[in-house]
Amino acid sequence: MQNGSDKQKTASFFDPIQRVIRSFGLPRIIIILFLLSLWVAAAFLSIPFPALLSDTFIRLGMNTVLTLSMLPAILVGTGLFFGLPLGIICGLLGGVMSIELNLKGLTAFFAAIGFSIPLATLVGYGYGLLLNKVKGSEMTVGTYVGFAFVSLMSFGWVTLPFKNPEMAWAIGKGIRVTVSLEGRFSNVLNKLWAFEVYGIRFPTGAIVFLGFLCFLMWLFLRTRTGLSLQECGMNPKFAKASGIDVDRMRIVGTIMSTILGAIGILAYAQGFGFLQLYEAPMYMGFIAAAAILIGGATLKTAKISHVLIGTFLFQGILVVALPVANTVATLGSLAEISRIIVSNGIILYALAQKGGNE
Amino acid sequence: MKEAEKRTKGFAYKARRLLTNNAVSILFVVIGVLGLRVSGLSLPFFFEDIVNRLARNSFMVLSLIIPVMAGLGLNFAIVLGAMAGQAAIIVVTHWKLGGIGGILLSTMLAFPLAVLLGIMTGRLLNRARGKEMITTLILGFFSNGIYQLVFLLLVGSVIPMKNDVLVLSSGVGLRTSIDLTGGLKNGLDDLLRVPFPLCAVLVGVILLLVTVIRLFVKKETHPKSRLIGWGVLGLALLGWGAFHVYTRSMFNFVRVPVSTFLIVLGLCYFITFFTRTKLGQDMRTVGQDRHIAEVAGIDSDRVRIIAMVMSTVLASMGQIIFLQNLGTFSTYGSHEQAGMFAIAALLIGGASVAKATIGQALLGTLLFHTMFIVSPLAGRTLFGDAQLGEFFRAFVAYGIIGLSLALHSWKKQMQAREEARKSE
Repeated sequence: MQNGSDKQKTASFFDPIQRVIRSFGLPRIIIILFLLSLWVAAAFLSIPFPALLSDTFIRLGMNTVLTLSMLPAILVGTGLFFGLPLGIICGLLGGVMSIELNLKGLTAFFAAIGFSIPLATLVGYGYGLLLNKVKGSEMTVGTYVGFAFVSLMSFGWVTLPFKNPEMAWAIGKGIRVTVSLEGRFSNVLNKLWAFEVYGIRFPTGAIVFLGFLCFLMWLFLRTRTGLSLQECGMNPKFAKASGIDVDRMRIVGTIMSTILGAIGILAYAQGFGFLQLYEAPMYMGFIAAAAILIGGATLKTAKISHVLIGTFLFQGILVVALPVANTVATLGSLAEISRIIVSNGIILYALAQKGGNE
Repeated sequence: MKEAEKRTKGFAYKARRLLTNNAVSILFVVIGVLGLRVSGLSLPFFFEDIVNRLARNSFMVLSLIIPVMAGLGLNFAIVLGAMAGQAAIIVVTHWKLGGIGGILLSTMLAFPLAVLLGIMTGRLLNRARGKEMITTLILGFFSNGIYQLVFLLLVGSVIPMKNDVLVLSSGVGLRTSIDLTGGLKNGLDDLLRVPFPLCAVLVGVILLLVTVIRLFVKKETHPKSRLIGWGVLGLALLGWGAFHVYTRSMFNFVRVPVSTFLIVLGLCYFITFFTRTKLGQDMRTVGQDRHIAEVAGIDSDRVRIIAMVMSTVLASMGQIIFLQNLGTFSTYGSHEQAGMFAIAALLIGGASVAKATIGQALLGTLLFHTMFIVSPLAGRTLFGDAQLGEFFRAFVAYGIIGLSLALHSWKKQMQAREEARKSE
């Protein structure tokens, strides 16, 4: 169907409709309809709506920063940031260090961010150098560099000299697969200034935190560096001609994405209550990529609004799918399966779009 | 004097080229040999494992060659073929069929499904030109979701299926692992098994015969040193095998699934034959330069789809061979890593995104699985933890793919820069 309409450009009755669908994006329509139908189903099954909305807000606070990490990479022209596990691991290292130093509360959270930023800058710089060598295959190379780094760090989690018994296995050496943040920085942002209206809990701190990061990003994109960064993504040849050091800008974009990935996983962990080590970061890049694409981004263009809308829609679906599926039948795995299908489906759709060829 | 100097230079040059071109494979030979020493495995035990693993995985790795030829790069979407094969195995196991008949039936059942999936993959890749590899990678993840949807949710609820052994106690969805014992297990392998030393004798005899015929009957002289090399290898195998048959050593307990190896050999022959056909040549042309292919009147879209269909069908057979050898599989996991492991194996054999040969595929399978066998044991001896060996294994598999993709892309970029400099 799609093939035919692209090849022969004959006018047809359906053209205007197709144009509307194309401009808004068929998958986005499907996803919004899917979310709406899930909400309707939830209403019929009398699943408490305020609880669902509260959960959606909490998930928004957890995931938006991770999604935001896709933005600089897309804008600078390196495509979807499948190297996200690199940033995530830097964030996790920051978190582990903060526990090792026995910090608690907001101090622990911001100390973790403080530790992870220099790490992420370093890793992002190296990764940026690599990406400059592999122009045109950033996403494929990035995916496997990410995977390889995750398995390399599995060595690290076993052998790094962290001493805090909270994180250690009862027997054997190394850090646990999941480290509890209870009494550390679990929910510190969610509880900050939180209030409740009509049974809807609003995690003000987490939302303010992500709003602040989005604002910083918005500000950055209007600076001189930010503008030349976007120029590199839109038209690298023109950017080069107008005196912009494209390779340097690509490194700047990659470092920013890596840092946001590190901050993102800490924001995620504070909402989730655990640091997930070892192989957990492996597939997180695909989820963040799917979220920004659902919001309306493509492989070459993205806005902050895409980050927010996309994360809301995607997480909204995940939040509602689980209780709905559980009520209809004992189909607990439906939520997980729909996550796999939706996230990878939307990435496939973006890849199959015309243009964006290197 | 000058002549001699030239020759030594030539030799040094050749040696250096041999080293740089095969650096990856040589590295893994070293890792394998060292790992084998450290792990302390006895040689017969190692041989038993590696022979089995070669029979298990060679076919799957070979199924990657055709898309590389057509310029589609490494086909991560052989996962789809693997799923088709696995679905067929589930059906055949449900019908309680086994043996070679069951194997044939499952191959036949998987065939139409694999063709369909191959066509769909090919069409998708024609839309995602220049991004083929990342697309096949994501397609693998995506189809895994569909696979789970079908076998975890729809079986028993929408698709009627009553089977206490396969289906979960709730009546919906398949159990997480399926045992093929008493069914398809070793259906192909057990057709013909020969003790390892005897096998060596037979192969040695065949090699010797072929060499003798080519040297003295057909009087081929062209690559004489290579022919003689094969002859020597044959003689060595013959001698080694005869010695072990005579001394009745432990090696005689290693029983080689010759039937499976014959199938693999058949595929090798098919691929060699296929590259010489018109379609095979067209595929090469499309892989080298699509524009030239279009000018020559080749429908590159069609050729690419055919390449994907062939690869997917071969992968479905590959997975059936894989699982009948293994005898048990994880319903929702076995296919997932099939693509990654096969690709890592191919790359370790010295293949690249743009070029892959049968020899590289077989050598790669051998080296990759050697590493697979020895690394947990070596990890335990070296670090006192088998888990670390497994991390190392995963790191190597992912790392080798990342490295090889990066090197290929870098080389292409350097070439483009060189050309740009020349045209200026």
